[in-house]
Amino acid sequence: MSALQKVMGWVDDRFPLTATYKAHLSEYYAPKNFNFWYFFGSLALLVLVMQIVTGIFLTMNYKPDSGLAFLSVEYIMRDVDWGWLIRYMHSTGASMFFVVVYLHMFRGLMYGSYRKPRELIWIFGVLIYLALMAEAFLGYLLPWGQMSYWGAQVIVNLFAAVPFIGDDLSIWIRGDYVISDATLNRFFAFHVIALPLVLIALVAVHLVALHEVGSNNPDGIEIKKKKDPVTHIPLDGIPFHPYYTVKDIVGVIVFLMVFSAIVFFGPTMGGYFLEGNNFIPADPLKTPPHIAPLWYFTPFYAILRAVPPMFGSQFPGVVAMGMSIVLIFFLPWLDRGKVKSIRYRGPIYKFMLALFVVSFVGLGYLGLLPPSPVATILAQTFSVIYFLFFLLMPWYTSIDKTKPEPERVTG
Amino acid sequence: MSQEADGQKVDTRKRKFLIAATSAVGGVAVVGMAVPLVMSMLPSARAKAAGAPVEIDISKVEPGMLLTAEWRGKPVWVVNRTKEMLDLLGKHDDKLVDPNSEQPQQPPYCKNATRSIKPEFLVAVGICTHLGCSPTYRKEVGAEDLGADWPGGFLCPCHGSRFDLAARVFKNVPAPVNLVIPPHKYLSATKLLIGVDEKGA
Repeated sequence: MSALQKVMGWVDDRFPLTATYKAHLSEYYAPKNFNFWYFFGSLALLVLVMQIVTGIFLTMNYKPDSGLAFLSVEYIMRDVDWGWLIRYMHSTGASMFFVVVYLHMFRGLMYGSYRKPRELIWIFGVLIYLALMAEAFLGYLLPWGQMSYWGAQVIVNLFAAVPFIGDDLSIWIRGDYVISDATLNRFFAFHVIALPLVLIALVAVHLVALHEVGSNNPDGIEIKKKKDPVTHIPLDGIPFHPYYTVKDIVGVIVFLMVFSAIVFFGPTMGGYFLEGNNFIPADPLKTPPHIAPLWYFTPFYAILRAVPPMFGSQFPGVVAMGMSIVLIFFLPWLDRGKVKSIRYRGPIYKFMLALFVVSFVGLGYLGLLPPSPVATILAQTFSVIYFLFFLLMPWYTSIDKTKPEPERVTG
Repeated sequence: MSQEADGQKVDTRKRKFLIAATSAVGGVAVVGMAVPLVMSMLPSARAKAAGAPVEIDISKVEPGMLLTAEWRGKPVWVVNRTKEMLDLLGKHDDKLVDPNSEQPQQPPYCKNATRSIKPEFLVAVGICTHLGCSPTYRKEVGAEDLGADWPGGFLCPCHGSRFDLAARVFKNVPAPVNLVIPPHKYLSATKLLIGVDEKGA
């Protein structure tokens, strides 16, 4: 027995190191037909790690104080060695996190990855998405620029629209009657400690649930149904390590190329990743002439704006925006299709999914624009389509003419 | 399952009661500890004390001009409305949500046609009643981007809410109610005190 084996044996008697490695990597059998769309889960994990690491180093120089915050960010950018790189990696990482997560979620929609028995994976995933949105929103206040301030003002006031308790609720969230130093300080606490812990825990349960039931695949069929009679390994499964670790490294390299190009050549992405007005310190007395949230929130922001006030309250718009996210949780039970994957779905589902994507992107675009009558009507149309995609799903997926699923995975 | 090694029967009812009682006491402890944590997020004594009234000198506010002052961290506008502006105020009541200021968005002494103490001086909190942005002062009548029937007023840049020069909200915009008129009083012809009126704060 070699020295290494002895050490491993000693550890394994005290901690399931080899067993964990086997269960999640070398003997976790994933379908052999993963394609391009299966890069984004591992990329999301990469970005999460990158955000945590760069975030730790940013907190070493950042000051969560309304009088110092803006200048401390500029100090990081100008005077801290490599501070600009760490800060741009963090700000680019925030947007790229959403790019990767949106593609990851779209993969789930295409291949029915939320369907039985993966409902909990989906629910944990939507919770991760919610935590991520909260994390991004809280972090955006920290530079204490004009967009930070007024963006937070608008979002916190969403809570003030809740009937009866709204005003007290928004005061409790802010810790003051307006967005102030108290708000900045608590957002900092949530951004750097509370939500990262929640995110990490959710990612852990997302992965545990995934490895319990096994990954879906582009054919949407269960590889566990056809196992080798002797080894009980799925016939269409290959060990995650080394096959998919190697595949994912290719994805990581391509991703880092894109990521570096943005960080080094266009960290503001023309105002989409870092808004121009946020380079002006927060001024509580003056709203910038046009405010829009960052691009990853604009679809929901457009839904909010599309709903007119009813009964002297803007609460219906807030409810519509909330519902647009809550509905995503129910997807596993709204879908009554006989097949999971888009490959075997009928024309109706394909059409509805395409319409949904157009609406979502359309809403995202409209949310960036200043309000106008034409944009409002378009946003109302897209919002209706967005909701109908979910609400009519039990009907159109059950009448859709599907193709038979194959017995074994295809290429 | 219900047999212990020594043959004694386990009293499951007692066990369930003890589990429930322990959980309940533990739950009370958790709630008890949550209260101070949640309460610590309310405005502190210092934040509450910061709402002192402010005095504004309005002698330099020319007709048509808007002055912004800060009160409780919020912008407060003082607009010196010209005669033309005041004349236009009554002509678009049908387009307003609450032309007669029925909603309690102003102190009783400002529940009038101009929503002010002195007709020419509008004093309003410059925070949109939709989601809290600060609207932009757009006094030019019939401004190109606002339509030929624009009587002058305020446009919120965030969600496009429109208010007239008495800070009354127009119909079919996101903001549900008129802008807030803060309690205020005149100390002299040119001195205005925001936050306090004849009745006190």
